[in-house]
Amino acid sequence: MDLKPVSLSADPQVQSWYEASARARLAGLLDAGSFAEFIGPEQRVMSPHLPLFDLPRAFDDGMVVGRGALDGRPILAAAQEGRFMGGAFGEIHGAKLVGLLRAALAETPAAVLILFDTGGVRLQEANAGETAIAEIMRAIAQVRAAGIPVIGLIGGRAGCYGGGGLIAGTCARLVVSEGGRISVSGPEVIETNRGAEEFDSRDRALVWRTMGGKHRRLLGGADAFVDDTIAAFRAAALAQIDRAPAFDLATLEAEQARLEARLDRFGDTRDATEIWGRLGINDPAAVPGLTTRDFDAVLAGLPEAPHDAR
Amino acid sequence: MTLAEILTSLFPDGHEVRVADGLISGHGPFGDGTLAVIGVDGNTPLGIEGACALAGHVLAVVRAGGDTPILVLVDSDSQRMSRRDELLGLNEYLAHLAKVLLLADAGGHPTVGLVYGHTAAGAFIATALATRVLAALPGAHPSVMDLPSVARVTKLPLETLQEMAKSTSVFAPGLDNMVQAGAVHAVLDPAQPLAPQIARLIAETPPGDGRDVLGRDRGGRQQAHAVAARVMREAAGH
Amino acid sequence: MEKLSFRHKTTRPLAGTQAQAITGVVASGNLEVLLERNLAADTCVVEIDTAINGYGDVWEAVVADFVARRQPGGLRITINDGGARPDTVALRLLQGARLMEAV
Repeated sequence: MDLKPVSLSADPQVQSWYEASARARLAGLLDAGSFAEFIGPEQRVMSPHLPLFDLPRAFDDGMVVGRGALDGRPILAAAQEGRFMGGAFGEIHGAKLVGLLRAALAETPAAVLILFDTGGVRLQEANAGETAIAEIMRAIAQVRAAGIPVIGLIGGRAGCYGGGGLIAGTCARLVVSEGGRISVSGPEVIETNRGAEEFDSRDRALVWRTMGGKHRRLLGGADAFVDDTIAAFRAAALAQIDRAPAFDLATLEAEQARLEARLDRFGDTRDATEIWGRLGINDPAAVPGLTTRDFDAVLAGLPEAPHDAR
Repeated sequence: MTLAEILTSLFPDGHEVRVADGLISGHGPFGDGTLAVIGVDGNTPLGIEGACALAGHVLAVVRAGGDTPILVLVDSDSQRMSRRDELLGLNEYLAHLAKVLLLADAGGHPTVGLVYGHTAAGAFIATALATRVLAALPGAHPSVMDLPSVARVTKLPLETLQEMAKSTSVFAPGLDNMVQAGAVHAVLDPAQPLAPQIARLIAETPPGDGRDVLGRDRGGRQQAHAVAARVMREAAGH
Repeated sequence: MEKLSFRHKTTRPLAGTQAQAITGVVASGNLEVLLERNLAADTCVVEIDTAINGYGDVWEAVVADFVARRQPGGLRITINDGGARPDTVALRLLQGARLMEAV
């Protein structure tokens, strides 16, 4: 993939989402000056477990949560810092998102936004992280059932892996950029367990066309593909709020049907380019190089739109 | 206990539970009604087809209405680790299975997990951990990742981790540590009939998520509940 | 991990009205700096939690240079360090001071 060079501009119109910190993403995503953090860094609520492993801690444990506004609408938002411990879920990190989702039931915001940037569970506190992921998924189901959209934004350097991928699959709507990889087992994990013949993790093109934003959008695993700028994520998040499906039997029956249809239609494929070809794309090999505008044009020209029940 | 022993203890009068390709599905008489059963047997990794099939069984129970409880029996490997599973969106399939279990529970079909063997990582989250109340049998071995793999990732010697695991439950694999974290509510007594034990768990566990409170009270996750509560207080403006 | 703490007297308080600011991220070769305006106007305290042991004299020099240049009176500065080089530390401290000087 081609990444824009690091932008030193503070203007979110052009600032790279991939390169920005969790705090910079929130600042640019939400209405200017509207973000108010819960359990801010000055409260120093840090991991009780990392010192045991002689590892440095972060004041926010890599998870920034709070309230803000998106085009004037009240929202709750959580952002993972992918550079701290790979954005992984530990006890404090996970509990902050659990608390935010439970707060949503009382506060009834227009949406909850989750800015994913994670390798999955933090192994140094694995049981706490794994359980927190289960609590988060349960809480998302409750928030969605209460009619509040939960929207995931994925385009960070750590991607969205492991339990993060399962949480993303629980969200009502997902926005991804080129850098936004979504999967359960990461390339290195598959290679370690199954060998380089199964997955060569150094083959970056393979990683991106198997797990990257364009493939997820084409397959129906994400609802919007955007440029790698904070402004693009803001516009897409805003557009998705009113398109979020209900969390009910009808939606999950429709999701069951679309996932079964995917197995029938693509279960024998080996590579994403085969899937893209069967979807009706004339030149699948050209997809990774398409600009967002050209990609959207290809998407609009397909015989059928990606299914979106989730 | 083996799956056959569990099913015999649960359904002394017989049942319609079958296993195919490591996937469990069916039902049996339970009290005045029926207990629906799904699950994974034989340390089988959970992939896209398996998750999809199990979710279909759960949806059929929900579609049928009523208040049939759903038992999720688990002796699985982790998620199936393959290029094909990820290419086709394993995260969506596993999340979908978790979602249908959460929907069923919220819709009046109490969900109970029972880990009787191994389970790990994404398969654990999508099955047992997506139930309202999770039980285990002695000898079960739920984990996130085994210690040799943790040693590889953290670059710490295995001996060091084994020593640390004796005093610190938060990263160490195994049933006792998952009980302390609050992830597993209860360990059942294999010498007693399982059906009444399962019925009691359903009756005594409220629908809310009390796992962080369990983790605090048992000492395996001492801060999670307090931190979540603090976020809620700050969000409410207190 | 090693904990370090330095206390300096300054000739003046740092300008601006920001009560607190944070900059940087804890990562390999990087650090986060939390600045809080809650000390006497002629005092600056810098507390460091660093992943790399044995560089106390380097930290002492970098902090002393920052205090001499910026006179950050009134600030309590707390650092979580993932093994940043001295020039990165100096840059983050200056960034933090600039954020605190905003009105």
